[in-house]
Amino acid sequence: MTTEYYTRMGDGRRVSQTREQIYEDLKTGAAIAADLAGISELSADEIDKMAEIIMDPSIFVSVERGREVALSMDGGTIRIDADQGNSGCGIPASRLIGLMTHERVFCQDTIELGHIDYSFKPVKPIVSHECQNMEVIQQNTIVPVFYGAMPNMGLYYTPDGPYANPSDLMREFKIDEAMESIDHSIEHLTRDMVWIMQKLMASGADGVNFDTSGAAGDGDFSATLQACEQLRSEFPDMYIEIGMAGESVLGMHGSVEYAGKTLAGLWPHEQAKLCAKAGSNLYGPAINTNTGKSFAWNLARAVTFTKAAVIESPIPVHVNMGMGVGGVPMLETPPIDAVTRANKAMVEIAGVDGI
Amino acid sequence: MPIAHSHASGMKGLRTAGDLVARMQCSKNMRLGEAKEYVAKKLGLDVLQLTDEHIMREVREELNIGVITSVTGKAKGLPAKANIEEVLGIKINGCERLLRGQLP
Repeated sequence: MTTEYYTRMGDGRRVSQTREQIYEDLKTGAAIAADLAGISELSADEIDKMAEIIMDPSIFVSVERGREVALSMDGGTIRIDADQGNSGCGIPASRLIGLMTHERVFCQDTIELGHIDYSFKPVKPIVSHECQNMEVIQQNTIVPVFYGAMPNMGLYYTPDGPYANPSDLMREFKIDEAMESIDHSIEHLTRDMVWIMQKLMASGADGVNFDTSGAAGDGDFSATLQACEQLRSEFPDMYIEIGMAGESVLGMHGSVEYAGKTLAGLWPHEQAKLCAKAGSNLYGPAINTNTGKSFAWNLARAVTFTKAAVIESPIPVHVNMGMGVGGVPMLETPPIDAVTRANKAMVEIAGVDGI
Repeated sequence: MPIAHSHASGMKGLRTAGDLVARMQCSKNMRLGEAKEYVAKKLGLDVLQLTDEHIMREVREELNIGVITSVTGKAKGLPAKANIEEVLGIKINGCERLLRGQLP
């Protein structure tokens, strides 16, 4: 009888696979990433190592002693009380308590303050409240405290924002108008992000985490890079992290450039270099999980993209490993067996500097 | 999930030297190995000792840079961060703005 191993699908469902099926999925996932981004495939030894991690009979696996990495967060600390339909626990508690719990109970290496909506635009009218919170948090915590928010340029388009919605315009074949709307939004979003962070830096923030950058495409990533550059110029010692929304930058505009490089279609190993050029200290690749493929397929694909970024990045790489990214299954309560296997593979095979 | 990550591969923050290594990554763009070596050298330890709770608890108390439990009379918050500045040879914005910046 063939031995089967307990593993997962990309949506977290439990499945059993044979050794041969796991190897097949690992090789296919790695090959797809290598082909898409024009990067090296994983070696046979690395595939063997990943298979060993997946087939380990333990529920929980961990990295070898001495291979521990520093952790940064994206929104995690508001999850104690946040309950806006995306993973909040709904426990009545202030954000200060959430942050202190993450620092002293969950043993996080860095933490962050974030608005309940977790986008920059809604912070504008309540920035003084955020500044007051940041001051109190700085007085009560020791680990680095970032201000975290998403650029989320979609909020600048109608019906939520002042500029015509490029998706609507493109449906009407108004391509030039769509590009012009994106250009206006880039300028506005950049200005808002810099203004908000100027206030928070005056309130003692250690820095900023631009989370889920590029979610609205190349314009969104452009605004992030420009805001990063301006903030770095004004605050030389500020901590800046840029985390991405996906493995490839969507070309909503198509012609937006930064430092002479077209942003549309950039893969993680290329994104990392631009983030460093803009003055970021940390780069966070985000490799999306395909729910219809196995955990092995998704993990090999994510590790292949990330390993190339780690090699080419001039700055530390903290890979995104929340729900549905970095090989982690796409559901709100991802099985810990899969989370810890993905974690070990990212550290020991991709060689990340942090998570 | 933060707990799973912390236990599977994290440096475990204030329990050990996780916050210190993170600060060197963020303030000086140090890659992981370089940041660990820098912090270990500043603390007079070897790299493996940075994640040893038994050693780091004592080191953190001696240097007064904050520990995971609430020890009466020991530095917490901004004073602990000011001590970290001195140990690591870096500037921390919160200390500049909310501690030194508020003094006459």
